[in-house]
Amino acid sequence: MEVPYIVKEREDTGLINSKLGIWVFLASEIMLFGGLFSAYIFLRLAAAPGDFAHWSAELSVPLATVNTLVLISSSVSMVMAWASLKLNAFPKYRMYMGITLLCALIFLVIKYFEYTGKFHHDIYPSSSTFMAIYFTLTGLHGIHIIGGMIVMLYFWLPVGSKMWDSQPEHFANRVEVLGLYWHFVDLVWIFLFPVLYLL
Amino acid sequence: MSSDHDISSIQDHIRVYLMVFGALAVLTIVTVLASYLEISTSEGIFLALIIASIKASLVAGYFMHLISERNTIIWILLLTVMFFFVMLFLPLISYTDQVHI
Repeated sequence: MEVPYIVKEREDTGLINSKLGIWVFLASEIMLFGGLFSAYIFLRLAAAPGDFAHWSAELSVPLATVNTLVLISSSVSMVMAWASLKLNAFPKYRMYMGITLLCALIFLVIKYFEYTGKFHHDIYPSSSTFMAIYFTLTGLHGIHIIGGMIVMLYFWLPVGSKMWDSQPEHFANRVEVLGLYWHFVDLVWIFLFPVLYLL
Repeated sequence: MSSDHDISSIQDHIRVYLMVFGALAVLTIVTVLASYLEISTSEGIFLALIIASIKASLVAGYFMHLISERNTIIWILLLTVMFFFVMLFLPLISYTDQVHI
């Protein structure tokens, strides 16, 4: 059985089902990360004065700044991948999706160096309340990056992108939905960066 | 797949995407520079969150197309934001009650 309204919009919602579905999922994601941001605020309020600032100083602002720029670049290349499909330029789509994947990989590699740098100095989630919430928030965000990369890889490789030949509009809609998820992951980092590294 | 009208509209969108990309990069640098300002912690938090909110609005508005999205999605998000603030403020009320603020 085929899923209805994935190319043509439903009359009542004015949307394709997959787009409505991803937005409802993103709403649940706002609550998930929102809950953790809320936890951060209360842990900070309850911490000894200067404690969060002291532990935050252990983090590398230059690495996080580079990571922010990398993630922003991945967001723009993702939207360019979708626009390329709308312009019937499949080779350009593959190039932009490849760049997005590469940026995601660079982000994870930098995060790996940040994490191992901390472990090297005997800093773990158990070291302080700040480090506990830092590893929880960035770890959960990192898992989202990995999830996005798996779907990106599938749509980049011939196994997933062959749909373009038979159902181009359906494929472009799939990429748009993936893009919405990816921009959300970028959006979460936009708040994580100042909250964890700069304040 | 796309008509001539669609293609010209997408090309206009691409110009906007590149401008938003530039604005996001500049605002990231501004966020870092602002953290070196000699201001109080609360002012620093306020400034950093304002800049982050502008960046988030640009991503949501243009990359996620919320600026031209259907009302169904806008209502879902408004409802989510309302529940988010309920989730945030309920423990805050409990906290202020405990410390007798």
